[in-house]
Amino acid sequence: MPDIRPVLLAGARILDPSRDLDIEGDILVADGIIKDVASGLAATGLPEGTERVDCRGRIVVPGLVDMRAFIGEPGAEHRETLASASQAAAAGGVTTIICQPDTDPMIDEPAIVDFVQRRARDTAIVRVHPMAALTKGLEGREMSEIGLLQAAGAVAFTDGARSVRSAQVLRRALTYSRMFDALIVHHTEDADLTGEGVMNEGELAARLGLAGSPKAAEAIVLERDIRLAAMTGGRYHAASLTCAESLEVLRRAKDAGLNVTASASINHLTLNERDVVGYRTFFKLAPPLRAEDDRLALVAAVDEGLIDVVVSDHNPQDVEVKRLPFSEAAFGAIGLETMLAAGLRLVNDGTLGLMPLIRSLSTRPAELLGLETGTLRPGRPADIAVIAPDEAWILDATALKSRCLNTPFDEARFEGRVVRTLVGGRTVYEYV
Amino acid sequence: MTSNPTASFTLARRHLLGIEGLAPDEITGLLDLAEEFVTLNRQVEKKRATLRGRTQINLFFEASTRTQSSFELAGKRLGADVMNMAVANSSLKKGETLIDTAATLNAMHPDVLIVRHSASGAVELLARKVDCSVVNAGDGAHEHPTQALLDALTIRRNKGRIEGLTVAICGDITHSRVARSNILLLQALGATVRVVAPRTLLPRDIDRFGVEVHNDMRSGLADVDIVMMLRLQRERMNGSFVPSVKEYFHFWGLDEAKLRYAKPDALVMHPGPMNRGVEIDSAVADGAQSLIREQVEMGVAVRMAVLDALSRNLPNA
Repeated sequence: MPDIRPVLLAGARILDPSRDLDIEGDILVADGIIKDVASGLAATGLPEGTERVDCRGRIVVPGLVDMRAFIGEPGAEHRETLASASQAAAAGGVTTIICQPDTDPMIDEPAIVDFVQRRARDTAIVRVHPMAALTKGLEGREMSEIGLLQAAGAVAFTDGARSVRSAQVLRRALTYSRMFDALIVHHTEDADLTGEGVMNEGELAARLGLAGSPKAAEAIVLERDIRLAAMTGGRYHAASLTCAESLEVLRRAKDAGLNVTASASINHLTLNERDVVGYRTFFKLAPPLRAEDDRLALVAAVDEGLIDVVVSDHNPQDVEVKRLPFSEAAFGAIGLETMLAAGLRLVNDGTLGLMPLIRSLSTRPAELLGLETGTLRPGRPADIAVIAPDEAWILDATALKSRCLNTPFDEARFEGRVVRTLVGGRTVYEYV
Repeated sequence: MTSNPTASFTLARRHLLGIEGLAPDEITGLLDLAEEFVTLNRQVEKKRATLRGRTQINLFFEASTRTQSSFELAGKRLGADVMNMAVANSSLKKGETLIDTAATLNAMHPDVLIVRHSASGAVELLARKVDCSVVNAGDGAHEHPTQALLDALTIRRNKGRIEGLTVAICGDITHSRVARSNILLLQALGATVRVVAPRTLLPRDIDRFGVEVHNDMRSGLADVDIVMMLRLQRERMNGSFVPSVKEYFHFWGLDEAKLRYAKPDALVMHPGPMNRGVEIDSAVADGAQSLIREQVEMGVAVRMAVLDALSRNLPNA
């Protein structure tokens, strides 16, 4: 790595959930790590050649760790490459992407883990860690080589957007994974109950004449999984919860002291089923957007820490698969670049604190995955996002860095944006 | 050696269905008696007349070349008429219930039945329905008493004792009758037993057996005197219980590197048949610390001892 100039982020509001720190001060970054966090650093002897960045009115937070992003590499590079995803991530303050194993070939053997890591090292400007398949071929039948995949660099195990139908298979995987302290990330959806469902089941689906997917499809699987987690002692993480019913189940598990955590996607925190009206396929997501009450319950759950992690659930789809009748269109929305701005909406409307937001976007996922980042502690890698909280802007989808433009936020008004992103002390994005 | 064993030992029971329930002195008595047969089996003249006139039927509902031939040889060397019933693919198995089979065989007046069955408890069920002695040659995942006895004899001959030794039983504990019988026997004779296996191959509450439970070979083999490897069935290594042969061998297969975690004079055992490159590396299986061939030899002697000891209780004796 060529020399990087030391950087002083001066006069910022420094927010570090890993230490519940919210102070005015300076951060000195050198040699790829955070050297010092204090007020008045600017007056002290700085290393020679330090770049001084005026951060008055800015908020400095640990770089975001996006625990759920689909990237098309290998196999679907027309949708997204590691390079393009990393550009989008950097622009969104995301310094670590956890990519999903449902690629082609799938990330279900050590050689593919190795390939993704090497491609990321050579082409991506942010950190990329793969999750590996929980079962071979994501088929839900036979567990993958959890020990060898972890040794190769897989940070967690998941079947991506698929649920493991067999309780026995999931039980064995949870039991086996305990020996490696591996995290199992599971999509909670009963495929039979969801059936042909393309949106939330309820009045709106009935009026639109679309097949609905009931909330129970999620809560039932979550309930089952939690009993398996209790039985096995495995580390279990629900990949994307969407409704109040699931939150009740999750709360019971956590109150019982189980090793259970959960994510919610930024889409489910900021959008609801009404956005689908007009058969807008960019709002067609799996699991589907729910009712406004569910959205509010999710936001409250992030605020109190019941939901541990907020993810982008970045899922690039090209226009051919989105410009179709709603029921035939592909699921998914991109989100790496807009996740933080969308999250700030909740802070601005007073329903979510900034500290819990950043905790769920950075500190908690890093902790769950055993990463060193997600903190501004001196000595840790300098993965940092600088936010201009008052900057008002309107999203122009065509300006996004992702290869696909299926954002649900086109022409959305935001207040607050990422103005600088550092990965390992190197500035990888700067808003000018 | 003379034609009569110096040790004279009688099992005060009609059947040998398991290690469970055997008193330590019964086990020791059988091992002492087996020593006599080890000597006998190394002579040119290997025959005794102990079971002359007796009929031994080997009834194997589950195919097994090794155990069946070991029992066959044991019976023949003691003078019995030995008949092998290939039940595994006969009409006996198809329509007839186990109890019908027992009644049919009983009518032939055998003196001892050697029975293997894939269902736990099946040998005991059959034993209740016949008038002769029954020896369990393995029932399901329950017991395999003669294997545990031959393992104990092998250990005792090489280490001089069993009491005070630490024995690690490694591999598929859940499905292993060999593991269960060995745990019971070794504990009865004062050894410390560890089980070493991935969590998915350990039955629930295995710690209640009074064994130390380990999931990794490094801690599991540390300072052990005996490493006993178990066979892993093919159908269990493709993602159902463990992800793959490659991963299983990497973490739990006994190779020279992992064997170094054990005591320098640790000895390696395997009940056979081995999956080389799955649970055990060839270099270890054929190495200087391996007792695997000796186990086979001890098998015949132990089975002779069991037949001899049981025969003293046979009716019309």
